[in-house]
Amino acid sequence: MVNPQMVMYEEEFNQIQTVVDRLVREANARVVFIVDKNGQLIAASGEVDNIDTTSLASLTAGNIAATGGIAKLLRENEFATQFHEGENANIHIQLVGNRVILVVIFDSKSSLGLVRLRVRKASDELNRIFEALLSKVQEPGSDSPFAEITDEDIDNLFND
Amino acid sequence: MSFINYMAREINCKIVYYGPGLCGKTTNLQYIYERTNPDAKGKMISLATDTDRTLFFDFLPLSLGEIRGFKTRFHLYTVPGQVFYDASRKLILKGVDGVIFVADSQIERLEANQESVDNLRTNLAQQGYSLEKVPYVIQYNKRDLPNVVDVEELRSLLNPMGVPDYEAKARTGEGVFDTLKAVSKLVLTELKRGG
Repeated sequence: MVNPQMVMYEEEFNQIQTVVDRLVREANARVVFIVDKNGQLIAASGEVDNIDTTSLASLTAGNIAATGGIAKLLRENEFATQFHEGENANIHIQLVGNRVILVVIFDSKSSLGLVRLRVRKASDELNRIFEALLSKVQEPGSDSPFAEITDEDIDNLFND
Repeated sequence: MSFINYMAREINCKIVYYGPGLCGKTTNLQYIYERTNPDAKGKMISLATDTDRTLFFDFLPLSLGEIRGFKTRFHLYTVPGQVFYDASRKLILKGVDGVIFVADSQIERLEANQESVDNLRTNLAQQGYSLEKVPYVIQYNKRDLPNVVDVEELRSLLNPMGVPDYEAKARTGEGVFDTLKAVSKLVLTELKRGG
């Protein structure tokens, strides 16, 4: 396989969650979440109960993929930042380390300047965490928990 | 590329429905959406044109149940089938774990099916995948229409590798879940092998 499997462990998850929780507070944001480039939600914080994070994750990744496609056509490496302004809600999307996407949703209680400032700091931290995570995944001995499953386990999933 | 989350005890996989324009990819997803227990599915998203042609993708998150304490979640995507949306199709194939090729069984779509399989092979190769290695199944759709080609002929044209294949009538749902189950099994088997 070309892409190494994305794996999340408890230790790194807690570190990421800490960064995301702090970003909600420091940026006065409504919601902050992190998605991988394939649209899988990694972490979320803030007013997430009123929001469909799975759909948002997939659409954000689609958005980043489309923008990345445009960048390629223009011989740009990537457009790392996007900002969409609505009547009540605004959304700031930042590509972190070309690996994951940091999304901040905010309203008039915050400002684009504040969000950009806080996102920059959080991006550096997240980049370090994901780099450490990636090297951990590539270590020998970090086998998939699925190595042990049997054909029967798989069949059982479909027995309803 | 599957995503294993030890913290949430979840495994997420991405399945892509591929095929020529109007072959029934979106109809497959709509049927799955209608027939799935509300607890096991999320919202279905369709990015479509005003005339209901897929513009970018359809998306449907599904939960299958648990394996060894891990929740298995599948994210189903369709690609836009129309030839000129090739750039979008390439993007959607990124990180794919399994592919379902939906063929249109009507005689006048034979060439479109072949072009679409060739396009799938090319686009996978550009992402560094090969059709021979990716979990892959084929669905011969629209078997309820009058002007269909024999399955044997479709098979010899579209399935030289002999991957699992199914006849379907996506509008009524026949064959839809068989196809999905087949690719899901292949994806999980691949994970087991440490793919």
